[in-house]
Amino acid sequence: MTRILAPLGILAELTHRCPLQCGYCSNPLELLKANRELSTGDWISTFRQAASLGVLQVHLSGGEPTLRKDLDQIIACLAENGIYSNLITAGVSFSREDLSRFRQAGLDHIQISFQGALPETTELVGHLKGAHEKKRAAAGWAVDLGLPLTINAPIHKLNIHEVPDFVALALELGAERLEIANVQYYGWAHLNRAALLPSYDAVMAQVEYVHDIRERLTGILNIDFVTPDYYADYPKPCMGGWGADAMAITPDGQVLPCHAAQTISSLTFDRVTEKSLSEIWHHSDAFNRYRGDSWMPETCRSCERKDIDFGGCRCQAFAVTGSAAETDPACIKSPYHAHLRKMPAEGPIQRRVIGKSPQPA
Amino acid sequence: MLLSEPFVPRESQRLIIGPDSHPVLHRHVRLRRDEIRGKWVILAPEKVLWPDEISVEILSRCTGKISVATLSQDLAKAYDAPADQVEADVIEFLQEWADRLLIRTEETPS
Repeated sequence: MTRILAPLGILAELTHRCPLQCGYCSNPLELLKANRELSTGDWISTFRQAASLGVLQVHLSGGEPTLRKDLDQIIACLAENGIYSNLITAGVSFSREDLSRFRQAGLDHIQISFQGALPETTELVGHLKGAHEKKRAAAGWAVDLGLPLTINAPIHKLNIHEVPDFVALALELGAERLEIANVQYYGWAHLNRAALLPSYDAVMAQVEYVHDIRERLTGILNIDFVTPDYYADYPKPCMGGWGADAMAITPDGQVLPCHAAQTISSLTFDRVTEKSLSEIWHHSDAFNRYRGDSWMPETCRSCERKDIDFGGCRCQAFAVTGSAAETDPACIKSPYHAHLRKMPAEGPIQRRVIGKSPQPA
Repeated sequence: MLLSEPFVPRESQRLIIGPDSHPVLHRHVRLRRDEIRGKWVILAPEKVLWPDEISVEILSRCTGKISVATLSQDLAKAYDAPADQVEADVIEFLQEWADRLLIRTEETPS
């Protein structure tokens, strides 16, 4: 039996509501309306339990988390419990005064997403007029208020040529950190993958550029690089292993081993309104199903890399092979490796609308 | 893809740590005791680090109020170790932390 360690981090998706409509949104295809969201009290109780379980960091995300009217109360609860709070936001739906309140409540860090490094790209991808200027203003307020700032740049076919401009933008805005995060293809991104996946050559040029510029900006800007795994030989160590040290919580309180886990239709998830967080972490079927190595196919269990990548990503295995217990097809040892690059015909990018399911690709 | 070097604003140049630097944890970095695990922990965006005993001894002295030279003399006394060797080790350690943007220095130490 696998030893279960205390969890370190939670991705809290406070709401699915969002002013942007990116074609790679990490929310599920079926979006929840506001009336399904947890109450303030539910979140506070959950975060208190999280602190006593050993959680040290909470990422407040969405949708757009600042659309929750109780965000200051939630931040204050995290601060009281010594939890490092990170606000993951689009930066288009709050004022300077709101941000100042979040700061006073104890917010530790803010991460603002930019869909493009140039205004026209940000609008093209997120479908919100004037978004780029709003984001720039929000980043400026963060720096003014002394809030540490990360710029998050989700990279795909429509903006991969702007990677150097994202570096320049992060430096200009005074960010401590830039996340160049290539889109991972689950949920919405998987649905729209033919329109979003960059070419092999574009990805390789990007990898070379980022490695070089990161070296040159040592001590000036931290650049975290999430590479696309569609062209890799080995899978990513997804979540540092399933149920190893992190979890995600949906707006309606379902606790997931990874934010994309709802794409695995064979799993069911427990809710914080029904069971304690400790019981869910230690005993729920969804967490225990792919912990350790007993679930692994022989290819993974006998592999010398199993303690490096833990068999890769369960959601990707499910999306490509139909079974979440397969070797991640990003691995060259997977019999499905070639399937990863089979693309459906490229069509228009489907956009998220709450209360309406997309058409299958 | 364009491989030019982006413009770096003057106020954000690489920090070089020396004996006169007054190091302090960056504003996005927290050092705290984790009572559940019985260990010290460093928290930063998307990062959790578990510093060893000697790292904690150094980092907890990074208040912005004392210089690397004073900090090193302190440590040398506490550990009964040669002061010049300790200072060299401390500078090397803090330079690495400065390069990872975990440490900055206080410009006008009080």
